[in-house]
Formats: sequence, structure tokens, C-alpha cells
Amino acid sequence: MANFVSSIRFSDPYFSVLLMLGIGVGMAVAFVLLSQALGPKRYDRVKYSVYECGVDPFTTASVRIPVKFYLIALLFILFDLESAFIYPWAVLFRQLGWFGFIEMGIFILILLAGLIYAWKKGALEWQ
Amino acid sequence: MEPILFVIFGAIAVGGAIMVVTRRHPMASALYLILTLFAVAALFVLRQAHFLAAIQVIVYAGAVVVLFIFVIMLINVPVHKLPVERVTGLRFLGVLAAGLLILESAVLTRRFAMPRASAVDAGSVQAVGKALFTDYLLAFEITSVLLLAAVIGAIALAKKKI
Amino acid sequence: MSPIPIDAAALLTGLRCILPEILVVATAIFVLFVDLMIPEENKRILCGISLIGVVISLFSVFLLGPARISGFSGAVVHDGLGAFFEIVILAACALTLLMATGYSEWEGTHKGEFYSLLLLSTSGMMFMAKGTDLMTVFLGLETLSIPIYVLVGFHRHRMSSIEGALKYFLLGAFASGFFLYGVALMYAATGTTKIPALAAMLLDARLAANPVFLAGVGLLLVGLAFKVSLVPFHMWTPDAYEGAPTVVTAFMSAAVKAAAFAALIRVLLLTFGGLQPVMWKVLWALSVLTMTVGNLSALLQDNVKRMLAYSSIAHAGYVLVGLVSGDFLGGQAALFYLLVYAFMNIGAFGVVILIAQKEDEGYDIRNLAGIGFKYPALGAFLTLFLVSLGGIPPTAGFVGKFYLFSAAVKNGYIWLAVLGVLNSAASIYYYLRLVVYMYMVPAEGEMPVPRPSRLAFSAALFASGAAVLLLGIFPGSALDLAARSVLSLLM
Repeated sequence: MANFVSSIRFSDPYFSVLLMLGIGVGMAVAFVLLSQALGPKRYDRVKYSVYECGVDPFTTASVRIPVKFYLIALLFILFDLESAFIYPWAVLFRQLGWFGFIEMGIFILILLAGLIYAWKKGALEWQ
Repeated sequence: MEPILFVIFGAIAVGGAIMVVTRRHPMASALYLILTLFAVAALFVLRQAHFLAAIQVIVYAGAVVVLFIFVIMLINVPVHKLPVERVTGLRFLGVLAAGLLILESAVLTRRFAMPRASAVDAGSVQAVGKALFTDYLLAFEITSVLLLAAVIGAIALAKKKI
Repeated sequence: MSPIPIDAAALLTGLRCILPEILVVATAIFVLFVDLMIPEENKRILCGISLIGVVISLFSVFLLGPARISGFSGAVVHDGLGAFFEIVILAACALTLLMATGYSEWEGTHKGEFYSLLLLSTSGMMFMAKGTDLMTVFLGLETLSIPIYVLVGFHRHRMSSIEGALKYFLLGAFASGFFLYGVALMYAATGTTKIPALAAMLLDARLAANPVFLAGVGLLLVGLAFKVSLVPFHMWTPDAYEGAPTVVTAFMSAAVKAAAFAALIRVLLLTFGGLQPVMWKVLWALSVLTMTVGNLSALLQDNVKRMLAYSSIAHAGYVLVGLVSGDFLGGQAALFYLLVYAFMNIGAFGVVILIAQKEDEGYDIRNLAGIGFKYPALGAFLTLFLVSLGGIPPTAGFVGKFYLFSAAVKNGYIWLAVLGVLNSAASIYYYLRLVVYMYMVPAEGEMPVPRPSRLAFSAALFASGAAVLLLGIFPGSALDLAARSVLSLLM
């Protein structure tokens, strides 16, 4: 364990990620434990109802969401994948120069054709 | 530090994966899948594959699992109607086969040395980008055609009226 | 940060190398936009536009000639083999489009999506046939598969269509996974995904014995075996073929098979010397299994579409005989057979489309009863294609099988050839059964009236029929072309 702690370098770019992870997990655990330790404990019927105040629920919360979302989600994934390719391109933008610009231009144009098609077909509309 | 982190994230990944296949409610499985994918992203970072790690989070945890959750919510089988799966002999055989496969690959990878990755930063965003936009340029452009086909296909199948 | 140097001349060569593919993709996008602009009643012209694009692309293949052009840092090559398969694939696509003119009208598939997907799939096949980097081959495989999944399920209101699409998609996704995992393992063992580099490295016996590499080759083989539907990776075939719109079935059986075999031939023939004998035993077994299971299952079918699906499995087994032979002759025979198979199978499906009145109902064998004398042209065409599929002279199917089996004999695979011939003989039973139904079984009650053939549809049938006869009687030049294509690979 001592080895582990001493091997952590503050200069590591992922150190902040590890720190964030530690703080995040730590806070979550801390809040749960704290509320357990400090909160008053009175168990009665009202406590167990879904809302202690406000309107009682009249149906289960898990409703079927409309199928319209599906197409939107599917299209979202496809264009999200496109962004995954743009990321390294942006990092290399200056080194690639005009050539890279044309490469990405073709890539985006082909996908733009897909977007225009989806748009014109009304796939983005809430029908 | 690396071996310890590897063990931690590896354990999270394997544990999450086991939870994915053993949960009764698909939503729970999907959420555990996110956990597993994040842990695998961390493993990629440990192997210096930074680009892959970022893609893992953006595409898999961010988009693919979101689609899974969408579909689960679309179908929305009430909890009491979910089928109870029995543990049958076939499953034991499956676990046995998986164990044998792991054992076998452990033996084989010990006997046959794999070539080491040539450059330390082969997984950095710059290195991947350079390969993608020079040597693998054609693959990159075909990907756009593939994505176009997927867009058209998605609309042809899912839109009410085409 | 220094700028990354770009070799503009090499890039232009690369673009020239993939000119036929660029043309097909451009046509696909053009069709998509025209579809958005024209009213519903004019959708028929989409088929014509697609056809023109395919013909121009075919023309560009001839324009590029048989010379070897390598492009994109060795990711893709235009050589004899690539050109040969491009011709097969584009011809299959053109025949499909010709038949689609009529089919789309009857079944309501005059849609921009339909033609666009067909063309995108074609471009994927062409990339697959020309890819010399396993990454290119994989992307080609995916680009060909995804549109086909959708096309199989294009009749969204028919249960069988959706069922076929779902089965094909689920198993196909797994197969793609296998393929990709295989590539990853091969990369892990060698550090390259380029096929020529892999072949060169295989001269080192240590690599050929490396289990990681062998596992990679095995997984790659599984992925491709799925696409050409070798037994035991054939489970999806009957359902997908039966459920798909019949023109798509015809296209799948001819073109998808050709593209996947192109990749298989490129990988196997180049690595033949280095691969372990056990791999060839595996291929031998796959070939025998595929022929036997395909033919035996086809014997039992009463649905013509399903029967042709099983027969297409059996034919994949015959082609594999040529690959098992593993040398120049086997490769030549396999190439020739794939060309012939495209024509005879598409032709057979074409006639079946005309005889069936409706998807779902019209494909029972009893519908054929009495067709032969009442509609002599249809009967004659179907008989020609079936006779060729059965491998009876003077058709092209006979020549193809003759070369396949004689290549096997010359390379010492006597048993394989014997089993192949036995299988072929068994297959004649179910092909001729259809002919018997057409000419000798009287129709029960009302005889179904075939659909009136369109000019384009008839042209497709005539072209296929002529090809089957011509390649059967004068196979010389096509065999020469196949031989030169294989040689261009081995050089």
C-alpha cells in the first residue's frame, strides 16, 4: 500500500481524474453515512409513502415512452460516432493543413447528405 | 501504481460484467454495463490508449448504452412479467467453457511472446489521428459511407412512412 | 509541430484505383437526393438512374484494365482479381436492378431507400473484393452487410421479412465480431493488418505455428464463412432468403457470396504456403459438410425460394472445393464458378418472381404445375437455369463444376472430388423435380397467371440465359480471364 501511495505522481495528467474519483466516491459515501448517523429516525405510514407532501402518485412511474424517441436516438448515435472521428482531427488540425481539411470535408459532406435526407424525409420531426 | 490500479479496475469491469448477465431487470443490467465500460476505459488509460479510452466513454457509455436504455424503456416490460431464467446444465457448461478458454489463453500467452507495442505513445490522440488521416485514410472515408448507409437504413426501418 | 507530409501523386493514384467504387457511392447519394425531389408517381426513374450509375461504374472497371494499381498506402488494390469480382458484383447488381423495375411495381419497393441501400451495399462488396488491408476488408464487409440487413426486412409489414432480417442481423453482427476479433489477434501476433505483409511473414514457420495467429485466422474464417453461408454457419440462410424481397434474395445469393469469396480467396491463396496443414483439413471438412447438408436439406423443401436458399448453401461448398485445392487451377475454377453462379441463380430467382403472384404465397412448388406448356418461355428459362445449377452439359454450370472437381483431383483431393460429384448428382433430383412439376404435373384447379414481364425484366432473363449458355459452350475467354485474375494475385 505504501508503495502504491508513493508511486502516485502529482504531475500525471490523470492525477486530477483520480483525485476527482476519490472525492466523488468519498462524498457520496460520506453523505449516506452522515444522514444515517445524524438524521432523526421516525418510521410511520407517512414516512413510507412516496411523497411525504404533495399529490399522491396515481400510476406507476415506469410508462412506455413513445417509439418516436427510437429513431431520434438511433440518429443521435450515428452522428455521435461522427464526432468521435472529428476529435483527433481537431487535435491534428494544424499539422494536417488543407489536406486534412479536404479529407474531413468529404467525410462530413457524405454524412451531411444523410442529415439532409433525414431532415427532408421528416425523420427529425415529431410526428 | 499501475498493477494495483489494474487490479482495481479489472475487478470492477469483471464484477460489473457478471452483474450485467445476472440481473433480472434489464435496466439494472444496462446500468452495470456503463460501470463495466467505464472500468474498461480506465484499463485503456493504463495501457496508454488515451484515444480509445475517450471513445469508449463518448461512444459506448455515452451513446450506445443510452440507446439500450431507450429500447428498454420503449418495450417496458413490467417487473412482474419479466421471465425468471433457470440455471440449467447448459449454463454450467458455458461457465466451464469460459473457464477453459481463460486457462488456455493464459497458458498460450505465456508460451508465445507477443510483440510489444512499438511506440510508447501509439495510443495517443495524435498518433491515432495521424494513422487515421494518412495510412488509414481510405478506411476513414469508407466509414462515412457506412454511417450514411446506417442513417438510411435506420430511417427505412424505423420511420412510420417512408 | 511539423506538418504531416502528403504525397499528392500517390493520393491521385489511389483515387484512380477506387474510381468504380466512387462512382457507385456517388450514384447512391444522387439517387437519395433525386428521391427527395420527385413526386411519388415518378419514383420509377430511380431504378433507371441506379442502373446507369452501375453501368458507368462497370465501364470504368474496363477502362482501368487489368493493370495493377495500388492505392492508399496499400489499403486497396485494383488488380485482376479485384476487377474480376467487380465485374461479377456489378453484373449481379445490374441484373437485380433490371428485375427490380417490375418487382418494385408489384411489391411497392419503388423507394429511394431501396435503390440507395442496394448501391451502397454494392460499393461495400467492391471494397471488400479489392481490399488488401484487413481493415478495408472489414469496412467493406460492414458496408455490404448493414444495407442488406435492412433490405431483407424491407417489407416491414410481412412477418417473415422482419423475422429473416432479425435473424440475419443478430447472427451477422456476431459474425462481424468474430471477423474483427480475428483481425485483432492476427495484428497482435504480427503487428500488421496488410494481407501481403501477413503472407510474407508466414514464410517464417514460427508464426505459422503461433496459436494466437492461428486462432486469429480461425476467427476470420468463421466471419467470412458466415457470409458465404458455409455449414455450420448457415442457420440464417433459409429464413433470410425466404423472408427477403425476392430480388434482394437473388442479389444476396449472387453478389454477397462473390464478395465474401473474393476476400477469402485473397487471404487463402496468398497464405497457402504458410498455413498449417490442419487449416486445410478444416476447409476440406467445411466444404464436404456444406455440400452435403445443403443438398440434403434442399431435397426436402416444397417452397421454391427455400429450396434455392439451401441450394445456394450447397453451391458455396462447391466453390470451396476450388479453394481447398489451393493452387492456381482451383482459384481459376472458383472464380469462373462464381461468375456463372451469379447468372444462373439470379436467372432462376427471376423466373420464380414472375411465376409467384405475391410474396409469401406464391413460392409453393405446386404453383409451378403445368406452367411449362402454358408459358413456354418461362418454362424454358427456368429449365435452363435449373439444369445449369444441377451441372448438366451444355450449360455453364457443368463447365464450372468440371473445372472445380478436376482441380481437386489434380491436387490429390480425390475423395473431395468424389463427394462433390455425388452431391452434384443428388442435387439434380430436386432441380429436376421443379422441371417435372412444370411439364408433367397437371395444374390443380385454377392455374396461376404469371406476372406480365416488363421489357427490362425480360432483358435480365435473356442476359442471364445467354450468359449461362455462352459460358457453357464457349467458356474459353472467361476461363482465361479467371486464370489471369488469379495469376495477378499470385505474382
